[in-house]
Amino acid sequence: MYVGKKVTRVDAYDKVMGRTKYTDDLCDKGAYVARILHATIANGLVTSIDVSQAEQIPGVVKVFTCFDVKEKHYFATAGHPWSTDEEHQDVADRLVLTQRVRFYGDDIAAVVAENEVAADQALRAIRVEYEEYPFVLDVQEAMKEGAPQLHEDYPHNILKHTSIRKGSYEEAIQEPGLIKVEGWYETPAVQHCHIENFICYAEMVGERIKVVTSTQIPHIVRRVVGQALGLPWGSIQVIKPYIGGGFGNKQDVLYEPLCAWLCVQLGGHLVKLDIPREDTFVSTRVRHAIRNHIVSWVRPDGTFAARKLESFSDQGAYASHGHSIVAKGMGAFPQLYPCDNVECDAYTVFTNKSVAGAMRGYGIPQAMWAVECHTEEVAARLGMDPIEFRRKNLMPVGYVDPFSKNELYSDTFNQCIDKGIEATDYLRKYEAYQHQTGDVRRGIGMAVFWYNTAVWPISLETSSCRMVLNQDGSIQVQLGETEIGQGADTAYAQMAADVVGIPMDMVHVVSCQDTDVTPFGTGAYASRQTYTAGFSIRQTGQLLKERILSYAQELTRMPPYNLDLVEGKIVRITDGRELMTLGELATQALYSLTHSQHITAESTAQIKSNAYSFGCTFAEVEVDIPMCKVKLLDVVNVHDAGSIINPALAEAQVHGGMSMGIGFGLSEKMLFDPKSGRVLNNNLLDYKLSTFMDHPRLRAFFVENPEPTSAFGTKALGEPPTCSVAPAIRNAVYQATGVFVNEAPVNPHNLFRRFTEEGLIEKEAPGHV
Amino acid sequence: MYDIKALYEAESVPHAIQLLLEHPEAQIIAGGSDVLVQIREGKRAGKELVSIYGLDELRGVTLEEDGTLRIGSLTSFSHITRDPLIQRYINVLGQAVDQVGGPQIRNIGTIGGNTCNGVTSADSASTLFAWDAVIELTGPDGVRRVPIEAFYIKAGQVDLRPGELQTGILIPKAAYEGYQGHYIKYAMRNAMDIATTGCSVNVRLSADRQTMEDVRIAYGVAGPIPMRARTAEGAAKGQPTTRQAVRSFARTVLEDVNPRDSWRAAKDFRQHLAVTLAERALTESILLAGGVIHE
Repeated sequence: MYVGKKVTRVDAYDKVMGRTKYTDDLCDKGAYVARILHATIANGLVTSIDVSQAEQIPGVVKVFTCFDVKEKHYFATAGHPWSTDEEHQDVADRLVLTQRVRFYGDDIAAVVAENEVAADQALRAIRVEYEEYPFVLDVQEAMKEGAPQLHEDYPHNILKHTSIRKGSYEEAIQEPGLIKVEGWYETPAVQHCHIENFICYAEMVGERIKVVTSTQIPHIVRRVVGQALGLPWGSIQVIKPYIGGGFGNKQDVLYEPLCAWLCVQLGGHLVKLDIPREDTFVSTRVRHAIRNHIVSWVRPDGTFAARKLESFSDQGAYASHGHSIVAKGMGAFPQLYPCDNVECDAYTVFTNKSVAGAMRGYGIPQAMWAVECHTEEVAARLGMDPIEFRRKNLMPVGYVDPFSKNELYSDTFNQCIDKGIEATDYLRKYEAYQHQTGDVRRGIGMAVFWYNTAVWPISLETSSCRMVLNQDGSIQVQLGETEIGQGADTAYAQMAADVVGIPMDMVHVVSCQDTDVTPFGTGAYASRQTYTAGFSIRQTGQLLKERILSYAQELTRMPPYNLDLVEGKIVRITDGRELMTLGELATQALYSLTHSQHITAESTAQIKSNAYSFGCTFAEVEVDIPMCKVKLLDVVNVHDAGSIINPALAEAQVHGGMSMGIGFGLSEKMLFDPKSGRVLNNNLLDYKLSTFMDHPRLRAFFVENPEPTSAFGTKALGEPPTCSVAPAIRNAVYQATGVFVNEAPVNPHNLFRRFTEEGLIEKEAPGHV
Repeated sequence: MYDIKALYEAESVPHAIQLLLEHPEAQIIAGGSDVLVQIREGKRAGKELVSIYGLDELRGVTLEEDGTLRIGSLTSFSHITRDPLIQRYINVLGQAVDQVGGPQIRNIGTIGGNTCNGVTSADSASTLFAWDAVIELTGPDGVRRVPIEAFYIKAGQVDLRPGELQTGILIPKAAYEGYQGHYIKYAMRNAMDIATTGCSVNVRLSADRQTMEDVRIAYGVAGPIPMRARTAEGAAKGQPTTRQAVRSFARTVLEDVNPRDSWRAAKDFRQHLAVTLAERALTESILLAGGVIHE
């Protein structure tokens, strides 16, 4: 058995030895190079583009502008499964190049050249004239009467507003003796910062267009490129090789339509579009900045009487994943700390800023920042221990969500919290760090998180798998669920080996998805890969095994129910005798003069379930008050991700998510110039992605409660690790200093402001003491 | 792929001068960790370059006969940090340049490039200011020596005349003998960052180590170019090594520094940092000099 073991990644050697091919490695060196010209105003209209100088530059093939886009095929970019119900389709608001500019960085023209230098020179030589409109950058300002409007069909810039009502908030707050705790909690736009920037290339092969792209969602890209170019979807072939990270940014169709369009304009010539880091920040996707307002009415015994949440999600200029993000966060609110009287409103609002899309955690890191900052404040106001307060109010065992039918089958929260307490020596440290004085103080804090695994019942959940038996008894496994660095291929190989009954080295997972040959699948998103693929691997593996044993019957004259396939050998169950190897069987099957058979299996799993995946973070900090600095001393994540398929990969996955959470909590924030709407820090120097030197040793622990809805007992672990890190750090800073920081990140700028407000730092006045 | 019009490789200092005179528009490139970034950004795209990177005679640290410490302009940050003369006489400079970027940048970046770039945030600059460094420039008319404070003209501009290149950085014996110093780089992360504010302090104590005979303090990012805080220095001279004197010195720097309000940091925050860093860097310098801080 391989599931549950620390087997080596199937791609480990290739990646370490540099043999793995990424998009740029695969692109022919004769490709034309494309570069995008981005708008330098935040809102308005392009009135003219002068390309005459640019087209004179040696090496420039052609410059295409928004005025060359004659057929206007608006398309939606979100990497969601297509909805056959028009009401539920994503908003189609993009063109490959746009005359109507909605953010500083919008795509208005593209240069195609023989090399990068010529392309860059041409970009600098293009002259653009605009008609400028007023712009709006703040999410609540954008909702006001008279604010600049981004899209005609969305008054007050509201893309969508949804609500949750449970019980009666207004009546419940009349209860005498309630304590009101209220706060505003805000998280900024941050960027995924995957190592490999977005890159793709396109060429025509006959009448069809082949697109090779760094994406998480090849089959969705096929559909959207077809839509954006007004071509039949089947005329597009999309190939996804290994990718250098995505974290949700590549769960959007970014520039594949533009690249394919340029290729078509040039008669099918190979065109490569490699997005620079600076543009990746501004013009691909960012995490939604969300401003949350929470009011809790609490009884002195530490129970909630009524709660209210208002969320304002900053969509930026185009719809992309839209309201799904804040809706997910809002959905978690009444579940995490159940309360009889709840009122929630979530708004997704257009602003003239970089477009927000999917990013690891999909609205939950923002929601957990708000909820777990607020929870800490409620406990403090009641004078209750923050962990005891949480234990008293968190979702109990047996809770069933009426909409998704998700059930909490185990006492996950208490088990995870207990493990975190033990791992960090929390109780002793919490006591020791109470009531400190001095410039340098320590604190320990924690936060929990809510998550679910996949997207059922909001969206289609399906997975298709193909297995093909080779002459030597090895198999190929193909799936539409993609390897994006998380180790999916390895988990699939472990599962397939166990289900079919062959050694893992006889399983060849085809890592590359090619929409012409790979079974349909919607790709890597949510935290669904291991969960959803598990169903189709198990189902298809069983089918393949049945066919193998049926063929074995022909060769051995034993009934198939007396046969089994164990570690690549046909075994007679009745006496355990090994009758033949699978390799011998496979060779016979393919070369038999009497009955040759290509043994293969292919099936689609319908997944009409979802699974909660919960856990927590514990963080210990040292705060240097005069320096306004937080040193992270220890950070521990505890997860109940069900049965762990591969403990080494699971630990690595948690480490990566924690690292992302550390940046979100302590340093990362995209800055927009209030005067122009331009992103000020769109590079890895000014954007403070946390480095190796900013990390303590990351520690991951697991509580393994097998998930009963799951093919292998497993559930989400891709996104959850990033959900509770930031509020845990913030709560530790509170314990150290007594100061609440409600605006992420807890960076020196915010700490200086808060410490000054709270009197921990005196304003400096020039002169002698 | 970089947009470079032409690259001329100098084989000697006189050859470099000749190339610079022949190509007056050319930009000198040493390690390239600034110039190549600027070319990529389009700021210096399409320019000619004169590379001096092959001039090994400009590498290394030596002690001249009069006790002057000479740092060849092409000495990399990592070599400076590990140099025994630096460690013996002005260890703080090695510590300061060990905080530049990451390991790769410290292997390629040179102290000459760091100072000729003319930016206020350079990690070597505030320490060189604090130690009264002298810049040696070699050009068609021979060798010039300029105090580093005069070398910096304004943001991004240094006193480098046509045909000249920086060939050395000199620390006079009088500037280092008997002094101990400490540098604090304040940045938003612990690596791969530029200074929000950098503060370099050094001190010479009296024989009984009770009195600050001399204090020098310099900042990066407290103004458009690196700067000394002379008023504060004057106020500290002759003061006892007490907590109060150190605090008073630190507060006084606000009479000298003039940090900017920008999106990278607010003016009041930078002023607060200037004071906090001055107090901490002087405290550490006194301890390094064998003194104690009397409460």
